[in-house]
Amino acid sequence: MINYINPQYEVERDADRCIKCRVCERQCANLVHLYNEEADKMISYSEKCVCCHRCVSLCPTRALKIVKSNNTFKENANWSDQAMREIYIQAESGGVLLSSMGNPQPFPVYWDKMLINASQVTNPSIDPLREPMETKVYLGKKAEETVRDENGNLVCNTPVQLELSTPIMFSAMSYGSISYNAHASLARAAKELKIYYNTGEGGLHEDFYEFGANTIVQVASGRFGVYKDYLEAGAAIEIKMGQGAKPGIGGHLPGEKIVGDVSKTRMIPKGTDAISPAPHHDIYSIEDLRQLVYSLKEATAYKKPVIVKIAAVHNVAAIASGIARSGADIIAIDGFRGGTGAAPTRIRNEVGIPIELALASVDQRLREEGIRNEVSLVVGGSIRNSGDIVKAIALGADAVYIASGALIAMGCHLCRSCHTGKCNWGIATQIPELVKRLNPDVASRRLVNLISAWTHEIKEMMGGMGINSIEALRGNRLMLRGIGLTDKELKILGIKHAGE
Amino acid sequence: MKRVYADEKWCLGCKLCEYNCAFANTNQPDMAVALKNTEIVPRIKVEETGKINFAVSCRHCKNPICIQSCITGALYKENGVVMMDKNKCVNCLTCVLVCPYGAIVEDSGGSVFKCELCIKNICKEPACVKGCPNKALLFEER
Amino acid sequence: MKYIIIGNSTAAVGAVEGIRSIDKKGDIDLFSSEEYHTYSRPLISYLLCGKTDMEKMKYRPDDFYVKNNVKTHFSLPVEKIDALNKTIYAGGETFSYDKLMVACGSRPFIPPAEGLSDINYYTFGSLNDALKLQDNINKESKVLIVGAGLIGLKCAEGIFGKVKSITIVDMTDRVLSSVLDKEASDIVKEHLKKYDFNFYLSRFVKKYSPNTATLDDDTVIPFDVLIIAVGVRPNIELVKDAAGKTERGIWVDERGETSLKDVYAAGDCVMSYDITTDSERILALLPNAYSGGYNAGVNMAGGNEKNDCCMPMNSIGFMGLHIITAGSLVGQKIIDYNGGYKKLVVKDGCLNGFILVGNVERAGIYTRLIREKIPLISLDFDKLKIHPCLASFNENERQRILGEEV
Repeated sequence: MINYINPQYEVERDADRCIKCRVCERQCANLVHLYNEEADKMISYSEKCVCCHRCVSLCPTRALKIVKSNNTFKENANWSDQAMREIYIQAESGGVLLSSMGNPQPFPVYWDKMLINASQVTNPSIDPLREPMETKVYLGKKAEETVRDENGNLVCNTPVQLELSTPIMFSAMSYGSISYNAHASLARAAKELKIYYNTGEGGLHEDFYEFGANTIVQVASGRFGVYKDYLEAGAAIEIKMGQGAKPGIGGHLPGEKIVGDVSKTRMIPKGTDAISPAPHHDIYSIEDLRQLVYSLKEATAYKKPVIVKIAAVHNVAAIASGIARSGADIIAIDGFRGGTGAAPTRIRNEVGIPIELALASVDQRLREEGIRNEVSLVVGGSIRNSGDIVKAIALGADAVYIASGALIAMGCHLCRSCHTGKCNWGIATQIPELVKRLNPDVASRRLVNLISAWTHEIKEMMGGMGINSIEALRGNRLMLRGIGLTDKELKILGIKHAGE
Repeated sequence: MKRVYADEKWCLGCKLCEYNCAFANTNQPDMAVALKNTEIVPRIKVEETGKINFAVSCRHCKNPICIQSCITGALYKENGVVMMDKNKCVNCLTCVLVCPYGAIVEDSGGSVFKCELCIKNICKEPACVKGCPNKALLFEER
Repeated sequence: MKYIIIGNSTAAVGAVEGIRSIDKKGDIDLFSSEEYHTYSRPLISYLLCGKTDMEKMKYRPDDFYVKNNVKTHFSLPVEKIDALNKTIYAGGETFSYDKLMVACGSRPFIPPAEGLSDINYYTFGSLNDALKLQDNINKESKVLIVGAGLIGLKCAEGIFGKVKSITIVDMTDRVLSSVLDKEASDIVKEHLKKYDFNFYLSRFVKKYSPNTATLDDDTVIPFDVLIIAVGVRPNIELVKDAAGKTERGIWVDERGETSLKDVYAAGDCVMSYDITTDSERILALLPNAYSGGYNAGVNMAGGNEKNDCCMPMNSIGFMGLHIITAGSLVGQKIIDYNGGYKKLVVKDGCLNGFILVGNVERAGIYTRLIREKIPLISLDFDKLKIHPCLASFNENERQRILGEEV
C-alpha cells in the first residue's frame, strides 16, 4: 500500500556548523540521522522524526533544528491536515488511533482567563524574603468539631493526614509506562521535597520501598502489583476510578513492555498484556466504592488516608459528593488535558471537561452540602506553572497533582510518542539503553529545582495578596477575576469579571 | 585530589566528551569552526562492549609509570596532575608502551598528548565532565 | 644519613628522587665521569637529527640538583669502593657513605677484529660520542655502521640526510634481532630500505683497513666514518673489585641491594629478574633503570620497595614507523594483521609478550596484562586481540581500575 503520510517535521542541518561528530546518530532511537561514509555526510530521514529534540539538545555545535514541514495539502478550513492524516493512518492500519500525553487541541485554557489579585495600600502585601510564609498543607478529612476532655484539654481527634511541605504532588505514572530511572527520580525528589509521588497502577518496585513515606500507592481496576506489603509501604492509598486523558476506558500496556522487573512488579507473567478494565468490576455504586475504601483502610489499620481519583466528567460534582460520603479522605480530580502514556486519540481529544470548571463546581457543591471538610481536593490535568497552582487553590483545591510538568522537567519534550516505547529521553521506555539516558542524579535534581522554584513563586504571589498561609488562600475566589469569560463561565467558576 | 571518574552505568556512548575534549584543547571559541573537517584526536576515549560504554582518560596515578618511563622528562607531575611538556617530547611512545589505561595518544604533530584536566586550556575545568549530558563523568575526590 | 650516588643518568636520578621521597635532609653526593647536567641518553640520536637540542635533552630541569639538595662532582670518575670501611675513592680523595648507589651504566662493546685497533672508529652511547660523531660527518660521508640493533639503527636514523650513504652490517639475519621476530624485522628492514639504507645481514667484518671493511664473503665496503654499535657491556668492575657478587652484570636483590651491605645498584649495570622468562638478565632499558633506581633510593632511605615487575620492553620508531615490543616471545603465538603487524604470545594462560609494528595505539594495555599476569580467561580476549581496550576486562575489574584512585 502506498504510504500517503507525509513527514510532519523536517530536520534542518546547518552544514557550516555540523562537524559530523555523529552524536545525533547515536542518540536517535528512531534512526533519523545516519552518517553516509561514501558521501562523508550526515543524512537525515525526516519521516522518522518525532520532534523529541534529543538531537537538537545534544548537538554540540547547535547545527540542528527541527521545523514543521511546509509540505501542504490543499488548504481547507474544514478538512485540516490533521484530519486528513488521521484518515490516511486508519485507512492503512484499520486500527484505533493512539496518542500520548495530554490533549493538544485548542480548547480554552481557563487558567489563562483568570487573573490573580494583589494588595495595594489598605491591605499591605508581605515580603516573603523577610517574613515567614507557610506553604505546608495537610490532606485528609478534617475534624467536625473541637473536643475537650473533662479537664478542658484538647482531644486530638484529627483523622490521619498527609503532610505536604508545598501543595504539589507528582501524580500517578506507572512503572511500565515510565522507566525505572524516571520512578527513581520522582521518588528521590519527593523525599527531598517532603512531598509525595504516586506509583500508578504498576506496583512498587522493590528498590523503592525505602521511599514509602513519600509514596502514594495506587489500586486500579487491574489491581496490578497490589498485596499487603504494597499497601503498607505507602503513606496513602489511591483508588483510581478514572484518568483525565481517557475517562471511561481502561488501560492496556502491551506485552512487549511487560519485561523483567516490570513483570515482577506488576505480578503478572512476562510478555502478557496488562489490561486494566474500564470499570472496577466490583464497583457499580457509591456503596461498592465505600466497601473498597474500607477494605483498604481495614487492611492498613486505618493508618493511611485513602484517595479516590476520578476523571473530570460532566456530572463530576455529584460524583464527588458521593465519593465524599464513601469514606474517602481525599478526592483527586484529573482534567481532560491530563497526560497519558497511551490513549485512543478520540477519547483523549473528545472526552472529559476542563479541570478548572470541574474543580469550581465540585468545591461549590461540597460546600453547599456541608461536606467540604470531609475530604481534601487535589486537582491535576495540565498544571503548567505556579500561577496555575495559585489559581487552583483559590478556586478551592487543597493541592495539585503534576505529571506532565514533572516529565518536562526531567527532559520530556512533549513529542507525544510515548506509545512507541522508544523515548529518546529515557522516560517513557523500557529499553535498557534508552532508560540509562535518565540519570536520577540529574533528573531528581531538576525536579527538586522546579518544585523549589514554584514554591518560591507561590510565596511571592501569596505575599502580594497579603496572605501568609496557603490555607488562607484555599477557596478564596475573591482573589481571582475572569477575563474574556461569559457570564455562565464566571458563574461556574464562582468568580467576578476583571473590573468588577 | 580531584580526578575524572567514569561511570559506565550512566555512559550513553554519545562521545560528546571526546568532542568537548578536542574542542577545549584547540583553545578556540567556537566548536564548529574549531573542529570542522578535522579528525579529532581526543585525550579521552569512549570504549564500548556490547551495550556498555565508558570513557577512559588519564587516571593521574599516584605513582605514574609513564613519568618513570619517559625518556626525555617531558612528562612530569604538578600538584598531582600528570602534565606533558610538548616541547621536550620526541614522540618515542615509551609512555604509550607502559600506560596501563591506554590513555596517552600520539599526535600527528610529532609528540604525544594526554589529559591534563584542562588546566592549561581555556576551559579550566575538565571539559569532558562539564559537557557530559548524563553525569557519567564526575570530577571529584575519591 | 650520607648517601653517595655513582652515576648521573636515569638510575641515578631515580635514586635521588627515591631517596628524597622519604629523606628530605640527608646529604647526597653524586659523582659523574661526565661533565654534563643529567641528560637523557636515548636522546643522542634525536640530537643528531635535530629533534632535540642540548637544552631540551636535559633529563631534569636545571634546578634539579639544587631543589633536591644534591652535591654534584662532575668529571670525577670513582676509582674504587671500599665496602668494609664504607668509603669510595675518587680523584685522590676519600668520601665516606652510609648508603651507596652504583649506577654506572654500561659501555659500548667492541668485538675484536683484524685491523680495528689501527683505525679510527666511533661508538654511540654517550653525549660526547654523539657530539664527536656530529663533528666528523658531512654531506659527503660514506658511513658504515656495524650492528643493526637498537643503537645501530637509531644512530643511522640520527645521521640520515646528513651523510651521503649509510651501510649497515649485522651478523644476524635480521635487523633488531634482540627484540623482533623475522617477520616484523623484515617489515622494518623493507621500510628502512625505502630510505636507501644498505643492509648486509648474516655478515660480519672480518678485516678492517683504513676506509674499507672486508666482509666474510669478501665483499669490500668503502667508508669514511665507521661506527661500532654491536652492543654494550655493563660496568661491573667497581662492585666486582670490592668483592661484590657479579655475573654478566652486578647482582642485586629485589630491593636493589648488592651482595655488599649498604651498597645498592641499578640501571644498565645490574641484572634484573625478568618476569616473562623467569630469569635474571640485563635489561638495559630506561624505564627499568628509573624504577630500579627509584626503588633502591627509597630502600636506601629506609623504605621498602621491590622491583618485582621487570621485563624487556621497547618503544622505538624509525623514520615514522613505530615499533613496540614487550615481554618474551616464548609461548603460543597469535598473529593478527590489523593495521600493521601484531604478534601476541600467550604462556600459561596469560599474555607473555607482544610485538606491534605500525599501529601501536594503547599498547600499554597489553603491557599491563603481562605485568599483572592477568589470566586471559577472565577477559574478552577475542576483543582484546583486535584492539587493546579496557572494555575487554570484566565489569568488576573495570569498576575497580576506573572507579578508584590509582
